[in-house]
Amino acid sequence: MIRVVLPFHLRNLARVGEEVEIEVTGPPTLHTVLDALESQYPVLRGTIRGHNGGRRRPFLRFFACEQDLSHEPTDTPLPEPVVRGVEPFLIVGATAGG
Amino acid sequence: MSGVRLLVGTRKGGFILSSDGKREKWKVSGPHFGGWEIYHLKGSPADPDRIYGSQTSGWFGQVMQRSNDGGETWEAVGNEFAYDGVPGTHQWYDGTPHPWEFKRVWHLEPSLHDPDTVYAGIEDAALFRSADGGKSWQEVSGLRKHGSGPHWSPGAGGMCLHTIIQDPANPKRMFVAISAAGAFRTDDGGATWKPINRGLRSQFIPDPEAEVGHCVHRIAQHRARPNTLFMQKHWDVMRSDDGGDNWREVSGNLPTDFGFPIDVHAHEPETIYVVPIKSDSEHFPPEGKLRVYRSRSGGDEWEPLTKGLPQSDCYVNILRDAMTVDTLDPCGIYFGTTGGQVYGSADGGDSWTAIVHDLPAVLSVEVQTLA
Repeated sequence: MIRVVLPFHLRNLARVGEEVEIEVTGPPTLHTVLDALESQYPVLRGTIRGHNGGRRRPFLRFFACEQDLSHEPTDTPLPEPVVRGVEPFLIVGATAGG
Repeated sequence: MSGVRLLVGTRKGGFILSSDGKREKWKVSGPHFGGWEIYHLKGSPADPDRIYGSQTSGWFGQVMQRSNDGGETWEAVGNEFAYDGVPGTHQWYDGTPHPWEFKRVWHLEPSLHDPDTVYAGIEDAALFRSADGGKSWQEVSGLRKHGSGPHWSPGAGGMCLHTIIQDPANPKRMFVAISAAGAFRTDDGGATWKPINRGLRSQFIPDPEAEVGHCVHRIAQHRARPNTLFMQKHWDVMRSDDGGDNWREVSGNLPTDFGFPIDVHAHEPETIYVVPIKSDSEHFPPEGKLRVYRSRSGGDEWEPLTKGLPQSDCYVNILRDAMTVDTLDPCGIYFGTTGGQVYGSADGGDSWTAIVHDLPAVLSVEVQTLA
């Protein structure tokens, strides 16, 4: 079970609280976690990355265990505390705009 | 009892303003989708409870919304807009080829007859259609592929398809307009298209009378006269009486012929409205006076409408999708400003009141006339 923290607007869109729990099949990576998140909440498709596993949207960042994973290859394994559910995987909206 | 419902899209959410047929007292609902840019909300002519919405964000991209109960509740529908085939390139601001790339939905136009069919005008300019209530979208690709597409280029606001007009007398005919490519028409249900820009003159392009490249801001049509079209161009107010084949200027005595919206009175096909804006460099009313101009002669001769509108220190803009008319008698006219006001007139424009003063910047206003 992976804990995923969503930014305010995506929580509202998915009609969930700050954090959701995701079951991932196989080794948890950026790609598989986002696949599982979009499978569980189809309304999020296209809002975090392009459709069909496309590129991360420019103003979003992926953080975990005080690391910025945004620029890592999408098949990068997630940190072990995230895999164990001790630490969350954070999807963060960049501070920009008005 | 009759009533009206205004669907207002703003920079920070959508709002629904409702009133009875007198249009004196208004109920405000919203913000819907607070914090998101709501480019456009529009109801189905075939089922007024069906409303479509374009919800966008620089962070999270495009979301499409649909209501089946007049805007009380909403459900997200399909948001994948994939160009047909290899998208190719259009011209960038500097004249170099630039890949076609989806950015947002500017305008939604529900079918005149089927609540589940709706058209979407997008940036980078293309026309999409859904026949399943917005769940899936397919490009009407004959428009982008008719030949001139690689020569289209964006205006300052982006290369958007912002006007979609379905001909009420001919289901095979449709008009669209693109900034800054111009106006286009299909006569075979969208399979093939042709530019309809003869008579337009634009000083900002190398050939002022080129077939494409004109920054059309808005086109309006009266249902009873589908061959007559009125256009607010970047500069110039234009008119066509042959379905867009030929245009002539009808700016007449307007204080400036720059502006964004244009609309037609619901019951008088020769009565039209524009909101003159000082220039393409200064997007606010001349002299700080917010004036709607009305022509009762289909153009050329215009009169300012000022009663109830600020006549000093007003420096708002009125965007292309932010004016609309209802079908009550007398005809109601509404427009929203970048200052967050929505003004309404229940007497054909003779007098105006601010329905709301302090919304976020208004992007679009549509009205539904309810039985």
